[in-house]
Amino acid sequence: MNKVMTIANKELNIFLDSLSGYVILVLFLGITGFFTWLSANNIIFVGQADLMPFFSVAFWTLFFFVPALTMRSFAEEQNSGTLEILLTHPVSFSQIVVGKFIGDTLLILIALAFTLIYYLTVALIGPIDHGATISGYIGLIFISLAYISIGIYASSLTRNQIVAFLIAIGIGIFFQFIFQILASISSGSLSELFDFLSFNYHYQNFARGVIEIKSVLYLLTITILALSLAVVNLNSRRYK
Amino acid sequence: MNITLKNLTRYYGKVLAVDHINLEVRHGQILGFLGPNGAGKTTTMKMITSYLAPSSGQVLIGDINVEENPDEARRHIGYLPENNPLYQDMFVVDFLDYMAALADVPRGEINRRRDEMIEVCGLHGVRHKRIAHLSKGYQQRVGLAQALIHDPEILILDEPTTGLDPRQIIEIRELIKQIGREKTVLLSSHILAEVEATCDRVVIINKGRLIADGTAADLRMQLSKGERYRIQVANRKIEEVEHDLKKLPNLQSYKVLDAQQNVILLQGRRDVEFAKDIFNFAVQQGWILTLLSPEQTKLEDIFIQLTSEN
Repeated sequence: MNKVMTIANKELNIFLDSLSGYVILVLFLGITGFFTWLSANNIIFVGQADLMPFFSVAFWTLFFFVPALTMRSFAEEQNSGTLEILLTHPVSFSQIVVGKFIGDTLLILIALAFTLIYYLTVALIGPIDHGATISGYIGLIFISLAYISIGIYASSLTRNQIVAFLIAIGIGIFFQFIFQILASISSGSLSELFDFLSFNYHYQNFARGVIEIKSVLYLLTITILALSLAVVNLNSRRYK
Repeated sequence: MNITLKNLTRYYGKVLAVDHINLEVRHGQILGFLGPNGAGKTTTMKMITSYLAPSSGQVLIGDINVEENPDEARRHIGYLPENNPLYQDMFVVDFLDYMAALADVPRGEINRRRDEMIEVCGLHGVRHKRIAHLSKGYQQRVGLAQALIHDPEILILDEPTTGLDPRQIIEIRELIKQIGREKTVLLSSHILAEVEATCDRVVIINKGRLIADGTAADLRMQLSKGERYRIQVANRKIEEVEHDLKKLPNLQSYKVLDAQQNVILLQGRRDVEFAKDIFNFAVQQGWILTLLSPEQTKLEDIFIQLTSEN
């Protein structure tokens, strides 16, 4: 556990020490802020004291921003060769993967923490549904966990960060809307299955204030699956 | 702590990179691993450090099997990979602390060990700089410091002086020699002078196989055909000398180097005292020798000869 936190800490510090971390943070806050407060369907236009505009834009921004954050995690280490010094230390593959996962998660949590300002502002304007807001944030966090792990897996596949980004988007796009489209064009239990696979379906529940155990379990399953695949993939490099 | 390789073999797909290597490196030895590019040096080192799994065969660190107990083996190994990869964005101090933590240096010891490494590797002036801003020579020192931070008994250095200028090369060599006294060091290179200058023992590898093993002097003895001497005869014409040479005992071949100055290179047979033969013969013939000097077989010649034979 000690080493996991050592790695997580180093990953987070690399972001906070460099420009790229701040660029990602500022862009994330800029885009969510713009759509929440300034664009056509903004909070003031809706006329209700709720964060629905924020939650729908945050869902989409995370879909793009998480891969931008995770793309470097293993691709850069493979490209620069530092993976070799990392893997020849007494550290296991899972410790490394989980360490990087925690580091990236902390950065997303920091980004989300900044958006609490929106929450506080809206709460001052009028009566806000605190329950729905809290569960909406919980939903964002679980969706982020799934995307971070998918991004880390994608990054373990290549030494090129751009390719890693595109692979992550390519996988994410299924959860983000392809499953949803498939659900709408199919029927019966098949439609229900696709609905369940789509992140949007679960996220809608969270945003409405419903925390369903099956949603939490589903997102955690995706997270653990993707992280395990990254571990398997790193291990298989030894035999190539 | 010894390094033992038993029938170590590695394929990349169908390509055989390392072919049944058996080798033992003993404590206190600095072993030079020599071979042309692509001979299998780096692959062998990556297997010793458990970065790559062997296709068959074993690596033992002391009596720890690297495949069965990699974490335990890794604690005893310091590794400087080829091209010295480093986290360019990190500060020297942070990087060394990170490496120390990963290498199981106890938390309370990290600061002391790191400061010691900064001292040993001469990093004092750059400790608070970003690695990306350091010169190549300093980066190499950071790489060495990283490899040494947990005080490993075994040091694996893959081409540690590549890309350095001549002064930096000398400094790094001195550092390796100094460190190598209490450790088992395996150092790879394709530069012969380097291996000769730093190593007690030289192993030559080509196409994945060990083809020679010994001290640099041993290798010369083993592999050169016999002693060679350069002579100059003052009181004879070159034709006369050439004619008389046929009677010189133990002469294998000769070559006229300078016909005006009568300088000739004589190649003796193996295992004879060729210099005495030359002297006695000269006395007998009444030659005035103005030059009788041994010619060293260069390690380069042996190397080229060996690696082209196979």
